[in-house]
Amino acid sequence: MIPEIGHFALILALCVAVVQGVVAIAGAQLGIRSWMVMARPAAQVHFILVAVSFVCLMYAFIYNDFSVEYVASVSNSMLPIQYRIAAIWGGHEGSLLLWALLLAIWTMAVARYSRNLPLDMVSRVIGVMGLISVGFLMFMLFTSNPFDRLLPAALDGRDLNPLLQDPGLIFHPPLLYIGYVGFSVAFAFAIAALLSGRMDATWARWSRPWTTIAWSFLTAGIALGSWWAYYELGWGGWWFWDPVENASFLPWLVGTALVHSLAVTEKRGSFKNWTILLAIFTFSLSLLGTFLVRSGVLTSVHAFAVDPERGVFILGFLVVTIGTSLALFAWRAPKVGLGGRFSLVSRETFLLMNNVMLVVAAGAVLLGTLYPLLLDSLDMGKISVGPPYFDAVFLPLMVPMIFLMGLGPLARWKQADLPDMASRMKWAAAVSLVMALILPFVMGEWFALTSLGFALAFWIVSSIVVSMSERLRKTASNNPGAGLLARIAGLPNSYLGMNVAHVGVAVFIMGVTMVNTYEVEKDMRMEVGDTVTMSGYTFRFDGVTEVEGPNYTASRGQILVTVDDETEAVLFPEKRVYFVQTMPMTEAGIDSGLFRDLYVSLGEPVGNGAWSVRVYYKPFVGWIWGGTFLMAIGGLFAVSDRRYRLASRKRKAQKKTAGQTATDPSVADQATAPVQSMERE
Amino acid sequence: MLRYLVPLIVFLGVAGFLLKGLELNPREVPSPFIDKPAPSFSLPKLHEPEAQFASKDMLGQVWLLNVWASWCVACRSEHPLLVQLSRANIVPVYGLNYKDEPDDARNWLRELGDAYVSSLIDYEGKVGIDYGVYGVPETFVIDKQGIIRHKVIGPVTPSALDNCVLPLVRKLQQATAQTVVKRTEVEGCV
Repeated sequence: MIPEIGHFALILALCVAVVQGVVAIAGAQLGIRSWMVMARPAAQVHFILVAVSFVCLMYAFIYNDFSVEYVASVSNSMLPIQYRIAAIWGGHEGSLLLWALLLAIWTMAVARYSRNLPLDMVSRVIGVMGLISVGFLMFMLFTSNPFDRLLPAALDGRDLNPLLQDPGLIFHPPLLYIGYVGFSVAFAFAIAALLSGRMDATWARWSRPWTTIAWSFLTAGIALGSWWAYYELGWGGWWFWDPVENASFLPWLVGTALVHSLAVTEKRGSFKNWTILLAIFTFSLSLLGTFLVRSGVLTSVHAFAVDPERGVFILGFLVVTIGTSLALFAWRAPKVGLGGRFSLVSRETFLLMNNVMLVVAAGAVLLGTLYPLLLDSLDMGKISVGPPYFDAVFLPLMVPMIFLMGLGPLARWKQADLPDMASRMKWAAAVSLVMALILPFVMGEWFALTSLGFALAFWIVSSIVVSMSERLRKTASNNPGAGLLARIAGLPNSYLGMNVAHVGVAVFIMGVTMVNTYEVEKDMRMEVGDTVTMSGYTFRFDGVTEVEGPNYTASRGQILVTVDDETEAVLFPEKRVYFVQTMPMTEAGIDSGLFRDLYVSLGEPVGNGAWSVRVYYKPFVGWIWGGTFLMAIGGLFAVSDRRYRLASRKRKAQKKTAGQTATDPSVADQATAPVQSMERE
Repeated sequence: MLRYLVPLIVFLGVAGFLLKGLELNPREVPSPFIDKPAPSFSLPKLHEPEAQFASKDMLGQVWLLNVWASWCVACRSEHPLLVQLSRANIVPVYGLNYKDEPDDARNWLRELGDAYVSSLIDYEGKVGIDYGVYGVPETFVIDKQGIIRHKVIGPVTPSALDNCVLPLVRKLQQATAQTVVKRTEVEGCV
């Protein structure tokens, strides 16, 4: 019964989504108020229905209902409860339901936090999101229904892929999807702007916080996935340029460009068409990612569930969604005037260059990802594009971009003075050059690329120090006597958030540079009692014991790590065999520290109690993910800026004083708009 | 005006390729041996080591060459299916006993049943190398002209047998010397 309720809820959600999409947009285009006011309640009902459906599926998973085909294919009665719940998105159908649920939540959030937007804008945005939901719900109901019954019921499930039985599964896909789906808000705002024909700076101001939030979640999701691959796959890498990784990285690259270009459009009114195009591209790439992962056109370690027929559906959906948006763009964009003018040396130019480089990088990654497919479909042979290509095209693009990242925030809008900037930056340049030259020798060995990495990392940090100290000097007269921390706290959150995110980039570069240059790796046969010493750490192999897990047996190795005869850590790498899908899995033994990871993974037994063992010393590897999480936190912090809150507080105040009349959001918006535009440096 | 259409046109181009890509199978690694003459060999038979089997004796017949070994666990799982196949008398199945001890091999066949018209001793694995064997079991479909038309890597599954191997064998058996049947004509093989 419960699965049927879930199924019906999904069908009803589809009906509501159609209404939400068609009526709301039509109402806005035709100016029919009663149709427009329907958008918000429709979004609420839609959310409730999708949520009911999700809860029903969760129920089937928790109570091991193996008469549901999807449950039987990705779960098992022996699976621990937390993985039974996470198994909901461990396969194709459930991932889609999660997608739909998150889309419904984002739509709800837009409906809830958009009281100060004009009604027609809100209903267009909610309408566009409703149409996206129509596509996904249809896809689910017609090709991949998670509630399909299996008769007769299976005695037990085929179990979750052991690779996925990890806390990573609980957090990585939801975070990533929140990001993917969140870009639908920016997309919906862009489409709404195109539909209304009002492609001024206002749409950018409204969609900017949403985009930044989505971007932050996507950043965190990618970082978590990378970390998961690092400790789970047992080969010590953190990024593999796998097609599915690229599929999440593409929207990230273009989304990063979008976040920056929205800033220009909001503050200066420039790049209007470009920003709209980026918003369309960012979400399109999220959809393309879904297509690549779910259709099986590319080989990947991630392709857990693939099916060409589903591929046709998603491709059709992609063509309709993206094709319509781009056609709409081609029709409306020529009418948009140019924004504020700016000279060759200005913050606008720097941000434009940032955008160009990010988009070119995304193009290069996209080309590398699709190239095997292109060649194959032109019958020119089968090839695979590997990390050498991506490294070769990606690094040269990122180096100038990172350099500009230091300059951009210091440049004035409209027109900056180059000699003036040079004199402001001379200390930052000196510090980063000195550090770049000295640090490799401190670490033991000098390489040109290593120096370049350090130079870039210190360049970012020192330019932020310059920028902050200039700002603080300016504000010092406002509140004399306040401590340094209080004065820093007095700076706008959006400015602080940006700097936190940029420091995150520096931390990330530091980690990558260190681990790529100074990592030590040894692959050897070890008998019980054997020791190996590297980078000052002595690893002693203390043998392997058999242990029982809830749904697997494991050979657990014990490795004692000592430094100068003092115990540093004890590592327990495992080789697991899961009962149902008898597939051996490697669990690396890792001791993480601020400045290094010690990483041990078990290979195969080679007789007489000896094993092949792989040992790594990885300096600063944790900084890679630490830096990425800083980027995500910076993004969220920027959204907490006063000007966004101010707008809503002002709105409430006005509601109180004006009573009934102020309930019309468009009235409220006119009142808050000046407040928002005042809030800038 | 036209330049605003560029994104749309580029996108439609990419979508076209993606559509084409859906028809392709990226996992399929083309074997350099398919549609090439099967390397000829002459090997002693497992059950009468004095007698030699020469692959050229098979010209004019469609036959299967299954690479197996007693040390191969996956061969155990596919063997019952091969036994069934040989009872059905559709196509002769020959075994290439790859890098195996003949005594172990004979015991193994006694235990699991003998699916082969004859098994051939490839003790040093030289014929296996000629055939590009990189995992046991592998099964080659060879046509009347002695050309390899298909290769199943890993154990033959019931669905691979029903959807690919048997339909292909039937087509090959009906073919005359003038007609060339490739595995791409059988939907289950691609």
